[in-house]
Amino acid sequence: MAKLILSVDGTVLKEITLSKERTTLGRKPHNDIPVDNLAVSGEHAAIITILNDSFIEDLNSTNGTLVNGKPIKKHFLQNNDVIEIGKHKLKYFNDAPVASTAGDFEKTMIIRKPAASAPAAVAPPPQAPAPVQAPAANLSDTHTNMKPMAPPAAPATAPSAPPAPAQFHDPNSPARDSAIQVLSGAAAGRTLDLTKNLTTIGKPGVQVAVITRRPTGFFITHVEGAVFPTINGVALSGQAKQLVDHDLIEIAGIKMEFFYKP
Amino acid sequence: MHQERVAAFAQVVCFTPSINEKFNQANWVLGGNVALTDVLQVVSLTDPGKIRGHNEDCVESRAEFGIAVLADGMGGYNAGEVASGMATSAISAGLAESWTRETLKGLDRDAAMALSQKVVQNQTAKANAAIYAAAQKDPHCAGMGTTLVTCLFYDNFLTVGHVGDSRLYRLRNDVLDQITRDHSLLQEQIDSGLISKEDARSSHNKNLVTRAVGIDPEVETEVHTYDVLPDDIFLLCSDGLNDMIEDEEIQMTLIALQSNLELSAQQLVQAANDAGGRDNVSVMLVRVLKSYAVERGFWATVKSWFR
Repeated sequence: MAKLILSVDGTVLKEITLSKERTTLGRKPHNDIPVDNLAVSGEHAAIITILNDSFIEDLNSTNGTLVNGKPIKKHFLQNNDVIEIGKHKLKYFNDAPVASTAGDFEKTMIIRKPAASAPAAVAPPPQAPAPVQAPAANLSDTHTNMKPMAPPAAPATAPSAPPAPAQFHDPNSPARDSAIQVLSGAAAGRTLDLTKNLTTIGKPGVQVAVITRRPTGFFITHVEGAVFPTINGVALSGQAKQLVDHDLIEIAGIKMEFFYKP
Repeated sequence: MHQERVAAFAQVVCFTPSINEKFNQANWVLGGNVALTDVLQVVSLTDPGKIRGHNEDCVESRAEFGIAVLADGMGGYNAGEVASGMATSAISAGLAESWTRETLKGLDRDAAMALSQKVVQNQTAKANAAIYAAAQKDPHCAGMGTTLVTCLFYDNFLTVGHVGDSRLYRLRNDVLDQITRDHSLLQEQIDSGLISKEDARSSHNKNLVTRAVGIDPEVETEVHTYDVLPDDIFLLCSDGLNDMIEDEEIQMTLIALQSNLELSAQQLVQAANDAGGRDNVSVMLVRVLKSYAVERGFWATVKSWFR
């Protein structure tokens, strides 16, 4: 279960387990987490917990709520986030769910809805194409006690992590970058960086191979064409072959060299 | 004399096969099923992943009948395997049996669509009842269930029924669209504005489905019909794929390797395993090779006698 460590001026005051669906913070004593400080509003913020996820929402407090130094209206809490209310700090801890066996992690499970469900306010899926016939199915709401949140407008704060770059930087990717240099033909001299997880080379409809970027290195596999490309003069088999620094690839009549960037 | 003539006339009439009989004979010769010959190319691949010892996913297809089914089972004691296996075999067999030329005789396209939706609903309900009953009987199977994606291709359309968080995607003109919407807690949160799609990626509430086949006496299957174009590539997959790799990577893979469907499937599974392989991963790729419109009208019927 997720928890918070409340502290002020470096002194730890207490530890709070987020067991309730709604945990309130504020100066007034009725709050779940009373914070006795004039900079804190009577009802300052609330933490909504849905199973293993928690969100903090500022309740229009006078001095605002900070997460990791940035003012927020509503924020999806990540492990080690630091919430600031007045002069008090709350550190949020949520380790990955401890599974009883390794195989339980990522296991699909059914979640049962409570008997009395509020009617749904379901937004249509943004990407789904229009079906030929309108569906009869309806989707009902999740928890009953949930106060429906107003749909978020443009987020007031910058996202805490930068958006994923176009080439998905994968921590598992090989540490070294690589590229191909074209040695013959019209594009001779050109270099192609192998930043994506998949790069196809060759001539579609004639001879195509793919170079995949995997945690263990770069591999070339034949995709289409009656004739297979050669690596250092040896024809590729049906299997993937790992590329070694300075391997010479010949495909669709073009010669190119694979190399690791310094 | 008059009677003899009547008798002779009757004999002649009796021994001339009726038009109906001829049509039925053609059906019988061809087995009665709709035949989508050389229309669909189907490649399936299922893998236990790198963490789970057992594979509780199941895939089954009958390309010539336009049928593709994928299921991701859940339950203790590896009963998930039982549930998903029951679902795929029951549904593909049930569809093959009930989706015949007989039942489709005389129906126009709209009526055929409506019937296809009913048939998919019914077959899912039947599978649900069977799995539920089996779960009651065997304590090791108690509570077992499965997600489901069922595809039925006919007359240039596709009817898809789904329960749970296994998905159907479509690649058309190099654009990947997610066709089914997950029946999951996370999706409902996204729909009601509780959590953004970006934040959902780091949610700890993944893999919690709100619907499954076999866990209750009744199941609500979500069914839709879509028009299909030649060169469309459909991807049925369990969450072991989309939980490990992003949609952008799935799209890039399908675009880059679309000339080689087997390699596309292998690459998707490999990418999921490279990213951690934390769950069973199954993919089924269906490529539409050509138009499969149904010929209707008098001459179409006449032609069918001579096939």
